[in-house]
Amino acid sequence: MGIATLGLYNQAIILFASLALLTSFIMLAQARMLPLIFTFAWQGLLLATVSVLVAIVTNHPHLYISAALTFTLKVVLIPWLLYRLSGKLNMHYDAEAIAHPTLMLLGGVGLVIFGYHVSQSIVHLSGLATRNTIAVSIAIELLGMLLMCARKSAVAQVIGFMSMESGIFFAAVISTYGMPLIVELGVAFDILVAAILFGVFFFHLRDSFGSLNVVRFNRLSEANEPMPLPEPPAGEHP
Amino acid sequence: MDRQLTAWALAAAQALLFIAAAPLLAGWLQRVKCHMQNRAAPAVWQPYRDLLKLTRKKLLLADNASWLFRAVPYVVFGATLLAAAVVPLIAVRLPTAAIADVIVLVGFFALARFFTALAGLDIGTAFGGMGASREMMVAALAEPAMLMAVFTLSMTAHTTNLSVATEYILNAGLVLRPSFLFALLALAMVAVAESSRVPVDNPATHLELTMLHEAMILEYGGRHLALIEWATQIKLMIYSVLIVDFFFPWGIATEFTAMALAGGIVAVAAKLMGLAVLLVVWETVMAKMRLFRVPQFLGFALMLGLLAMLTHVVLET
Repeated sequence: MGIATLGLYNQAIILFASLALLTSFIMLAQARMLPLIFTFAWQGLLLATVSVLVAIVTNHPHLYISAALTFTLKVVLIPWLLYRLSGKLNMHYDAEAIAHPTLMLLGGVGLVIFGYHVSQSIVHLSGLATRNTIAVSIAIELLGMLLMCARKSAVAQVIGFMSMESGIFFAAVISTYGMPLIVELGVAFDILVAAILFGVFFFHLRDSFGSLNVVRFNRLSEANEPMPLPEPPAGEHP
Repeated sequence: MDRQLTAWALAAAQALLFIAAAPLLAGWLQRVKCHMQNRAAPAVWQPYRDLLKLTRKKLLLADNASWLFRAVPYVVFGATLLAAAVVPLIAVRLPTAAIADVIVLVGFFALARFFTALAGLDIGTAFGGMGASREMMVAALAEPAMLMAVFTLSMTAHTTNLSVATEYILNAGLVLRPSFLFALLALAMVAVAESSRVPVDNPATHLELTMLHEAMILEYGGRHLALIEWATQIKLMIYSVLIVDFFFPWGIATEFTAMALAGGIVAVAAKLMGLAVLLVVWETVMAKMRLFRVPQFLGFALMLGLLAMLTHVVLET
């Protein structure tokens, strides 16, 4: 079934889904804090658009509600919270050094292939004409995980986490026309609470470690003194 | 027989129009850029005057220049001319399009670049060698990205022939293909890098730190320089026409009537002017990036090309 035989709405679903995938890659390559937050907001907007389009195509009006939820949470509220937080932490213009940027992007492409391979077995469960986008949703989840693994900044890791959640939401929209509304509401509030908790956490982390770089977190604060030298083994120096 | 003759004549006319219009595109680009940056703009014809001035100048060669150094401008111009003959500008189904496909087109560019790099090394100045090594680095990174983007289009159109692919896309009508969007982005990034524009290279400076392409041809003068500059302008035009052909082919002539051909000329002129304005906006907004950031830039282009191919396989079949 080629894309040319689908209707314009379905083509638009596929287009916006792949644009959401592109935003995942941009987040992976983006070292600066503010653009990272904005890209996350763009991804939310694209996913909200996709759910509106799916609602139109499949005639499931409750998807409008989840699209509105996505919009308020992922486009307005959480990016605004993160924006305010990074402003308070004075890290709007922070840029972290990404180790091996090109290698990471190619690894991301590998994850997309893996997501496609995995999705082959569950694609047939969906009745949508655009069910192949399940592969994209899995890829968005995996890329969010890669973002969490690869970054050292705690804020970037939180964005990776949120992006994983976006991927799960997207998979639900594509494969089963959204989760039951009560589950969706629950997850949405969980995410909101998580965002607020992360905010509180950031301040505590900065107070106790002086930085949001997770590499420094496994160091004890008393460990600044050099370690005592080990005793020379007896018998070696007569 | 008569039809075939007309077709060949048209093909020759198109190739001539292509190389004649290339300085015009460069002039238009320069003019829009000046207006954009609140500078006094030269006339659109300025590149023609520059080329004419260069051809009139006395040819000076370095003492240790070999035959290679003298041959390179002609090789470069010849390869670029052949490449220009292959790309459909105002009409598809021309006989020259059957000579070579898009992979050979990439090969033509590689040939021209290889000889330019040799000429840069030939004189033995430090600048030439530095420019050659930088150019080869950019080329080695840009070529796979370009091929990936091109392969995506070929997979959709089931051909690597430019004319046939353009016609296929023209007949398919408006289809929102994500793979085309990614391929367009990848091709645009590669085009920017390959035709030595900002942010990879700055065509307007002779500053040693920022030079890529200019460093190799620093020793050239007179008609040799004119040929190389002309070839560079044609190359920019080829990339622009490629983008226009693949992604916005509407308006190109599919039959050889006067009306259709005139329509093709108007359409391609309008599209190229629009594309040039976009390029100017991009060049004004962006700053030249450090040389060691270029691999990241082109790595992103390669990733986009791969993604285009993947979305074609995953979502569009």
